[in-house]
Amino acid sequence: MSNKTQWQSVCSVDDLIAESGIAVWTADGPVAIFYLPNRIPCLFAIGHTDPFSGSNVLARGITGDLKGQPVVASPLYKQHFNLETGVCLEDDAVQVPTYPVLLDGNNVVLEVPVKSQVKEIA
Amino acid sequence: MSKKNLIVVGNGMVGHHFLEQFVESEAAAAFNVVVFGEEPLLAYDRVHLSEYFTGSTHADLAMGTAQWYADKNIDLHLDEQVSEIDRDNQQVITPKGSYPYDELVLATGSFPFVPPIEGNNGPDCLVYRTLDDLDQIRASAEGGKVGVVVGGGLLGLEAANALKSLGLEAHVVEFAPRLMPVQLDADGGGLLRRKIEELGVQVHTEKATTAIVEGDECRLRMNFSDDTHLETDLIVFSAGIRPQDALARSSGLDIGERGGIVINNQCTTSDPHIHAIGECALWDGRIFGLVAPGYTMARTLSGALNGDSEAAFTGADMSTKLKLLGVDVGSIGDAHGQTPGARNIQFNDGANGVYRRMVISEDGKKLLGAILVGDNGPYDTLLQYALNGIELPANPEALILPESEGGAPALGPDALPDTASICSCHNVTKGDICGVIDAGCCDLGSVKGETKASTGCGGCAALLKNVVDCELEKRGVEVSKDICEHFPYSRQELFHLVKVNGIRTFHQLIHDHGKGHGCDICKPAVGSILATVWNEHILATDHVALQDTNDTFMANMQKNGTYSIVPRVPGGEITPDKLIVLGEVAKEYDLYTKITGGQRIDLFGATLSQLPEIWEKLIAAGFETGHAYGKSLRTVKSCVGSTWCRYGVQDSVGMAILLEDRYKGLRSPHKLKMAVSGCTRECAEAQSKDIGVIATDKGWNLYVCGNGGMRPRHADLFATDLSDEELIRAIDRVLMFYVRTADRLQRTSVWLENLEGGLDYLKKVVLEDNLGIGEELDAHMQTVIDTYQCEWKTAVEDPEKRKRFREFVNDERKDPVQQWTQERGQRRPVIETA
Ligand SMILES: Cc1cc2nc3c(=O)[nH]c(=O)nc-3n(C[C@H](O)[C@H](O)[C@H](O)COP(=O)(O)OP(=O)(O)OC[C@H]3O[C@@H](n4cnc5c(N)ncnc54)[C@H](O)[C@@H]3O)c2cc1C
Ligand code: HEM
Ligand code: SF4
Ligand code: SF4
Repeated sequence: MSNKTQWQSVCSVDDLIAESGIAVWTADGPVAIFYLPNRIPCLFAIGHTDPFSGSNVLARGITGDLKGQPVVASPLYKQHFNLETGVCLEDDAVQVPTYPVLLDGNNVVLEVPVKSQVKEIA
Repeated sequence: MSKKNLIVVGNGMVGHHFLEQFVESEAAAAFNVVVFGEEPLLAYDRVHLSEYFTGSTHADLAMGTAQWYADKNIDLHLDEQVSEIDRDNQQVITPKGSYPYDELVLATGSFPFVPPIEGNNGPDCLVYRTLDDLDQIRASAEGGKVGVVVGGGLLGLEAANALKSLGLEAHVVEFAPRLMPVQLDADGGGLLRRKIEELGVQVHTEKATTAIVEGDECRLRMNFSDDTHLETDLIVFSAGIRPQDALARSSGLDIGERGGIVINNQCTTSDPHIHAIGECALWDGRIFGLVAPGYTMARTLSGALNGDSEAAFTGADMSTKLKLLGVDVGSIGDAHGQTPGARNIQFNDGANGVYRRMVISEDGKKLLGAILVGDNGPYDTLLQYALNGIELPANPEALILPESEGGAPALGPDALPDTASICSCHNVTKGDICGVIDAGCCDLGSVKGETKASTGCGGCAALLKNVVDCELEKRGVEVSKDICEHFPYSRQELFHLVKVNGIRTFHQLIHDHGKGHGCDICKPAVGSILATVWNEHILATDHVALQDTNDTFMANMQKNGTYSIVPRVPGGEITPDKLIVLGEVAKEYDLYTKITGGQRIDLFGATLSQLPEIWEKLIAAGFETGHAYGKSLRTVKSCVGSTWCRYGVQDSVGMAILLEDRYKGLRSPHKLKMAVSGCTRECAEAQSKDIGVIATDKGWNLYVCGNGGMRPRHADLFATDLSDEELIRAIDRVLMFYVRTADRLQRTSVWLENLEGGLDYLKKVVLEDNLGIGEELDAHMQTVIDTYQCEWKTAVEDPEKRKRFREFVNDERKDPVQQWTQERGQRRPVIETA
């Protein structure tokens, strides 16, 4: 796999939901974007796939903070993931990918790896 | 006097632990300590080996540092294998030289057993034991697609997870008919299999590999004895371990029939100057393949070398609690019930993927063993019962029933004897903890610091906190009851703050009375408090982010991330036209359709983005939400009643519809069920419901607080021969009084049993209004009824709310991970491939 990345525009500011998450499809598969307006920075992007169930659900979890770390709780089995590092608080051997995310005007843009072959499951 | 020599062969987990114990002891002064390790790296934590694949390095896993060895004057020889023991001259031989010993410790661990299968020695046939093995697996996975683990035990499943994390399609091939045959019984193994397959690891049981040959599509092909085969790019053997006893064998020490260096209670072998500890040692005919018993041997030997006549290894508890691929698995003591006369109690909740089994003694007083799959919640409590021989309660099944169904709360720390082991690795008992508290420790942190309890893996953290809290409380130290780190208040206190200060948003509450940003404990709790107090739509913008996913999307999330759709069918009466609409919608979206015990029709398998479309169609056809996702009224079941039935004396269907329409949307501490029967034959089974109504020739008899399900309770007769108006007023007041006074998640049956004064008191409050709150209860119920809205109707009509229901906001594609199959003519998620 190459290490090249690209910035991809994924949605507009209006799609975001305060204190909660939305899911977008990217060149690297499903990604969850969280908008926490009371934090600096206020945007976080992590993999949308819950590693414990394999289901694409993390954007639908409850956000918050634990010991100062911004987290989302998986809606299926309730493990917490650090929104900055992707590390699971209950089991630090488990980690979801994280992505740099920025606001470009009204657009939310993500830095995702360029893959030679985009993973597709029919 | 010149020092004697102590040599340790093997620098693994147990060898290292022995050194830690020994160099701090008095005897250490009399010895030069020399260590030989065959691996090139300093001892590391093999138990967490798999973390090497998720980013940990040798330094993260290392148990000590080169500096520590230098500071303690330990002469460390890594990458130097001991090839021979010359017992006559008391020296060990390595390729680099010979070294004399006075005392010799063998801590050589074990090696993976590779079954003698033709072709098992190719470059892509690997094992899972050392960091070097993992490097080889990583290299082999590069460019491969499929990986197979041979062996479905603890380690095999862990290896399968590792293959999955390397991006391979992972398979487990097991010879026995189920996974983890040593620890689990057939039901537990079956459930574990189902759960693991749901996570995308394919399981093949009862497969004996006969040969490994070159593959067509992958590098290798495994042929099985039943003439099936499997193609794969690499194979990891995890078919058990064998004690590394080669050195002991060649030097003539006593060896067990099936391997292992024979030791006595002091961990000494048949040669009084040679000792063995850890996985290479055989005690009382048994090998211990876990680290904790190895540590106990290490402590024992260190004690014995110090002349401690009490030091003795007397066996070890092999109970284990693990998370395998994210699935809880626990096994305690005599899990298979092999003790003569042992009795079994099982709890099997297939719907939630929870299996529990207790093995109890013939007289029902002692817990001998247990098996848990899916949820290790009761593990700590059960382990304490088993290890300490604490007498079981009269209804032991309560220990494995979920608390909401009448299960017992965890064993209070007060019930533990002082000898109860709280931290098994550092060997800290409850008595030790009480000791340091009496000596002045007054919080959890200092107890940990003083005793080392819970500073290793942390497996005992929850239990330790309970013991410390309980002991502090006994000594009059105040212990926090805060709901979570964000609010210094209990749930009850938050309720009052919201009500008294007229707080309407979470933001305002945390700003005025809390700190931080909230979490998944306090947000839903506050969300439900706000909803009860102010009864606003649960998708109002300020509340959205507070809700659990089921409430947010007004549907129950299933394991694969899809949702169910449950429209209300009041009284179970449905017109042919509506029935056709349900059929058409289900067909259009390929939803699995099931008629439930509550006389309505559930549709399963809708994706997030389909939910509003489907509800729009259902609402247009006159349906409403069935509130299956909330704690509120489910269904009012009815029999056909006097309209059609020749025995019927009242219109039971009409009354059921009236009741269901009246109470739909009422939020309550737990779900509510009701039923109405048209005569005393009771075809609607009303006496098993929270509210049951049975027709008489003069009116209605009202029954309250019954329960079906796992812990049935017959409803109590509350009033007889009521008119329609009297019936409704009585139900209004019973329900409102329940909603106001019950604890969270308390069913009506449990509420009544705990209500002081019981049924007679409830009758006085409702029928005689002895508290003078009758009118207030009536008015509160009327407000709830007047403010009812179908949450789905409100949601589909509001474009802003509908925006929430998109799988991917920038892409129309469907969720790619959901996989389906057909069964009995309908679509269902893939869970088992057998
Ligand atoms: C992936 C994995 C997961 C595990 N998970 C758990 C778990 O969850 N819970 C649990 O309790 N246990 C677990 N275990 C088992 C646990 O790791 C072992 O019980 C423990 O490591 C045994 O320690 P030991 O010192 O006896 O052997 P080892 O740690 O194997 O150390 C023995 C060392 O001796 C060296 N050696 C052998 N022969 C010679 C020689 N002739 N000369 C020099 N050096 C030699 C070996 O190279 C090795 O480094 C797991 C093991 C693995 C592999
Ligand atoms: C402080 C007291 C300790 C207690 C009460 C304790 C308790 C436990 C318990 C209950 C388990 C069961 C499995 C699990 O929860 O995953 C366990 C597993 C384990 N413990 Fe400990 N432990 C303690 C300290 C340590 C220390 C100091 C070490 C090693 C340095 C250690 C290493 C392990 C290992 C390797 C496992 C295997 C399971 C796993 O890691 O998941 N423990 N321990
Ligand atoms: S009895 Fe109820 S909970 Fe159990 S499987 Fe049937 S529907 Fe599900
Ligand atoms: S309860 Fe009575 S009225 Fe209702 S169906 Fe049965 S027999 Fe008929």
